[in-house]
Parts: sequence; structure tokens; C-alpha cells
Amino acid sequence: MDHSTANLWPLLKEVTGYIFPNEIELHWGLLVVIYPYLTGLVAGAFILASLVKVFNVREVQPTYRLSLLTALAFLIVAPLPLVAHLSRPERALEIFLTPSVTSAMAMFGFVYVWYLMAVLLLEIWFDHRHELILRAEKEKGLKRVFLRVLSLYSKDIRPAALAFDKKAVYVITVIGVPSALILHGYVGFIFGSVKANPWWSSVLMPIVFLFSATVSGIALMLFLYMVITLFRRRKLDMACLDKLANFLFYMMLIDFTLEGLDFIQRVYQAEESIKIIGQMISQRIFVSLIVIQVLLGMLLPLIAIAAVKIFRFPAELRRLIYFVSAILVQVGIFATRWNVVIGGQLFSKSFRGLTTYKIGIGGMEGLLVSLAFLVLPFIILYALVKILPPWGEDATHRRATAAN
Amino acid sequence: MKKEDKRHMIVGRRDFCKLILGGLGLLLLPTVTSFASRKRGYERWYGTKYNPKEHRYGMGINVDRCIGCGRCVDACKKENDVPDEPFFFRTWVERYNIGEKEEVIVDSPNGGEDGFKNNTQEQRILRSFFVPKLCNQCDNPPCVQTCPVGATYKTDDGVILIDEKYCIGCRYCIHACPYGMRFINPRTRTADKCTFCYHRILKGLSPACVEVCPTEARVFGDLSMVASPLRRFLRMNKIMVLKPQLNTEPKVYYAALDMEVR
Repeated sequence: MDHSTANLWPLLKEVTGYIFPNEIELHWGLLVVIYPYLTGLVAGAFILASLVKVFNVREVQPTYRLSLLTALAFLIVAPLPLVAHLSRPERALEIFLTPSVTSAMAMFGFVYVWYLMAVLLLEIWFDHRHELILRAEKEKGLKRVFLRVLSLYSKDIRPAALAFDKKAVYVITVIGVPSALILHGYVGFIFGSVKANPWWSSVLMPIVFLFSATVSGIALMLFLYMVITLFRRRKLDMACLDKLANFLFYMMLIDFTLEGLDFIQRVYQAEESIKIIGQMISQRIFVSLIVIQVLLGMLLPLIAIAAVKIFRFPAELRRLIYFVSAILVQVGIFATRWNVVIGGQLFSKSFRGLTTYKIGIGGMEGLLVSLAFLVLPFIILYALVKILPPWGEDATHRRATAAN
Repeated sequence: MKKEDKRHMIVGRRDFCKLILGGLGLLLLPTVTSFASRKRGYERWYGTKYNPKEHRYGMGINVDRCIGCGRCVDACKKENDVPDEPFFFRTWVERYNIGEKEEVIVDSPNGGEDGFKNNTQEQRILRSFFVPKLCNQCDNPPCVQTCPVGATYKTDDGVILIDEKYCIGCRYCIHACPYGMRFINPRTRTADKCTFCYHRILKGLSPACVEVCPTEARVFGDLSMVASPLRRFLRMNKIMVLKPQLNTEPKVYYAALDMEVR
């Protein structure tokens, strides 16, 4: 044999009931779990950033620029697990160059490029343009050239131009909010539109994806803001933290309600697939769905933040609760993606049997590569923060120079 | 605007807007290239005599006639060079055993290629039957709809094919198929499935599974010909297709199909 199918043989023993013979191989593994997880963080982080600009929520201003850079870092990585999971990755560009217009997946290129080029990069550029020009003037040599290139050789820092920057950022954010919603709603649609799979096929899928994306994005920014502020040895802005936790709480409530509705609808409708889905949940994903996603990732943080709202805990305890909640929510949302992607493949389309999924350690679809894809956005974010410092100091400096 | 002002401006507002719109216009480039490079690899097989528009292929399967010998599975694997392992099948045979308490036990050891072991004496079987399965060559195929690059397509004679030189191996089509017909061929690392033995039917031959079936449980034919054996099969039997509620409009028609079959 010129190929390896060795990993499929042990799976034969794990099958319960009857599955179609071609269903032994589970086609979308850990990498495809990571893809919607990462895009969800992108959309969530951007929606948080837009709160500042469009909805004028002043309290979360400290996270605005960091959110944009986080969204960019995660967006850069988002397509990588997709490409890596292809069995012919060398043909990946065909999706961009010759997309089939009827395919939900082919739209990825359009949605991705639109979001990257027309929203994120543009907004970040307008937001940082002034600083880049000022910094370039102060630097010498290669660093100066680099900063000049980043500013796209623009030099205009007259008040009129700066006012235009501000206006542009606002307009882009207004366009960006629906774009972020489309980006992640679209990822939900990739699954929700598969009528062959009753676990995926649901009109609510894009909407549930959207809200869980917002939840994960806000939780990530809460986490990053706390960790980065700690490393920078600055004081945490409690008003900002409280507001973030507030948004997180309400988004989680909506998300949880929607997921609950979806679940009740399925159980009550009790279609042909309900029996096998019930078996799949109780025998295969009980821990990741009921324990991790619902109890640890949703109910526990909800109760904890609700307690904060009711009992007015001291700041230190609030910080601790927010920090732990943010981590729990991340784990919970990752489990959500897992339960959708992997859960949908654990039962046979004959509705008569279950199969299993085993993660390998090495290899393209293995645990190590997947971990690398989860760590990579943070490395990119570190670099982005070095190149485009999102902190207030520069803004203060700008205000000072503007006053002069 | 004053002359002095203009000198400071690198790009005017109007030019700026034009640049942005032009840049965004580039987003549409893939649509153009996509239409320009529509690949239809199968056309080169046709030659001058064959006009695909004159045909519409389908298959009839008489469940009552299948004896579960598995020769069709074997012939298919040999004819189409399908990998031997029990994870890759373009066609397979399922056995349904329905017990006294209406419990349903389905099996398909090695896709039925080696036949089936007899039921034991202890098992109290009410009824038992075999169901051959293959790609349904849907008229409304979800696999074609979902393929992101158009590597899976419907030919003019109604057969669904895969261009293995084009498939990127994303496996979306595998998830879209409600019948579990598709797999990733480990040799080509691309999607694979039954083609109705397209290389044979173009020459006027039957698919390999039909050719070897000892009981004529499988009937291949042209739906566009009123006098074809397939049309006769459809006239003479009560016909059902698999999962009709999904609106895939299969062109594999079953006679005497039991409600337990999915």
C-alpha cells in the first residue's frame, strides 16, 4: 500500500450500531474546530471595538486599539488551519481564484478578503496614521523607512486630514459591524446549511455562532486587558473591567437562551434523528457538552458575574471573578465549537450508529499543530503591539503636539 | 480649494475614494477568473459520436432480488481500482434483520464484499433483506452545490463526477452527501465515489456492478429512452428513493424498499 490507513483500523472496534462503511474516517478534525473558534474571536473582538466608536461606550476605550490588533492577529491565523486540513493544500488558492458560486465554503475568500482589507487593515491604518507619521519623523535609518512604508508615505497631518482620519474610522466601523456579523454568521452558515446533517442543519446556527463569537471575543479582551496591564505594571481601569464584564454577562445570557431554544426545539420536534442525537450526546459528548460547555463555560461564569452585580464585591474579588470567568468562557466556547464540529460527525447518517474521534499527537491534524495555531495569534499580536503600540501614551503625546 | 492647500495633499479626497473603490473592485476578480476557467475535463472523453444531452442515466434496484452475494462490491472495487481496505466503497450491500420485537439490526461487513454469515438459530428474525447502495446521482446534488471549486459537477447526461486533478480535499461534499457515498481516496487524496462506471457507459456498456449481478437486482438504463429496461422497471414496480424528504431527487430507484432503510 502506498498510503497509510493504519489509523482507521482501531476505529472499527469503537463503532456502536451500524454506520455506513465510508463513515469510519472522521473528516473534519481538531483543525476545523479551531477555525470557527478563531474567527469567532475575530468577530467578537471587533464588535467590542465598535462599541467604543459607534455606540460611544467610553468605559471600554482602553481596550479599543488592542481589540482591533487582536482581531487582526486572529484573522491572519484563521485561514491557516483550514488550509492545513485540506488533503491537497497545494490547491488551496483555487478557492480564491476559481470559486464555485453556489458553494457556501467558496464565499470564504470574499468574506475574508473583504473583512481583512476593507475593514480591519483600513481602520487600523486610519487609526494609527498620525502616530506613524510622527514616529517616523523621530526615527532614523531602516526603522524610519519601515514606519514610512506602514504609513503608506502619507505626510498630511493638518487638522483637516486628522479630522478625516477620525471620520473614516467611524465610517469603517459602521461598515465593520455588519461585516463582523457576516463573517461569523457565515461560518455558522457553512454548518447550518448542511441539510444532510441534522445536528448542524438549523436556521439558528449562524445566529448562535454570532452570539457565541461575541461572548468569546469580549472574554478574550477581558483576559488580554488584565494580563497585559499586569505585565505593563499599570493600574487596571475598574470601570472598564466592570463594563466589559457587564457586556459579557448580557451577551452570554442571549447566547445561552438561543442555544437553549435550539435544543428545546430539537427535542420537542423530535424528528427522525432525535434518537441518535440523544445517544450521541449521552454516550459521546456528555462531558464536553453538558459539563464543559454548559456548566463550566456558561452557567458558572453567569452565576459568578451575576453575584458580582448583586453583592457589590470589593475590586480585588471582582477582578479575580472576571479573570476566572473569562478563562472559563474561553474553554466553554472552544467546547461549543468542538461539540458542533466533532459532535456532528460522531453519528452515522444512517441514524443507526456512533463512531469515535481520536486525536493524534503529531502530524498535520494532530494536537501539536493545533496548539501551534492557537498560540500563533498571540505571537502575532505581540509583534503587532510592538509595531503599532495601542497604549494611551502616544495618544497623550498626540494631544500635546496638537495643542502646540 | 486654495493652491497652497493642494500642495500639501498627497491624495485628494476624490482620488482617495476612487482608490478605495478600485481596490475593493479587485475583490471581484476571482469571479471573473472563475467563469473564465470553467473546467470540464470530461468533455474530452466524448469524441464525436456521443452527445451527452441525448442521455439521462439512472439505476433501478430490486431489493427483493438481492441475495447479498457481494459480487457487485467486488466488481466495483476491481473495475474502479477502489482501495481494498474496508473504509472505502463506491457501492456496498447492507443486510437488514428485523427481529420478533421489531428491533432492527443492520450490518455490512466489509461492505458485503465477502457475502454475509448466516444468522444464528438463537436469533428470532421476523424478516431479512439486502439493500445495495451506491451514489444516487441526484438531480439536485448537494455535493455539487457545496464543492467550493467546482471539482464536483453534474454532466449533461446527469451523472455526478469528480475532477481529481482539481479537488482540493476540503471534504465539504462528504458532509453534504446524505447517503455517506463519498470518501477520500488515500491514493489521490481527493474525494471519490461511484460514477456509474462512466468510462463504461460512454461505450454503451453497463456499470460493472450491474454486469456481474447474478439475479439482475440492478437495472441500468437511460431515462430518456421510453423503451429502456430501466423505464420498464419504473413502470412495473412501486418505486421509492432514499431520503426523499431532503429533495435531492435521486436517480437510483428502489423497488420493494423497506421503511427501515435510510
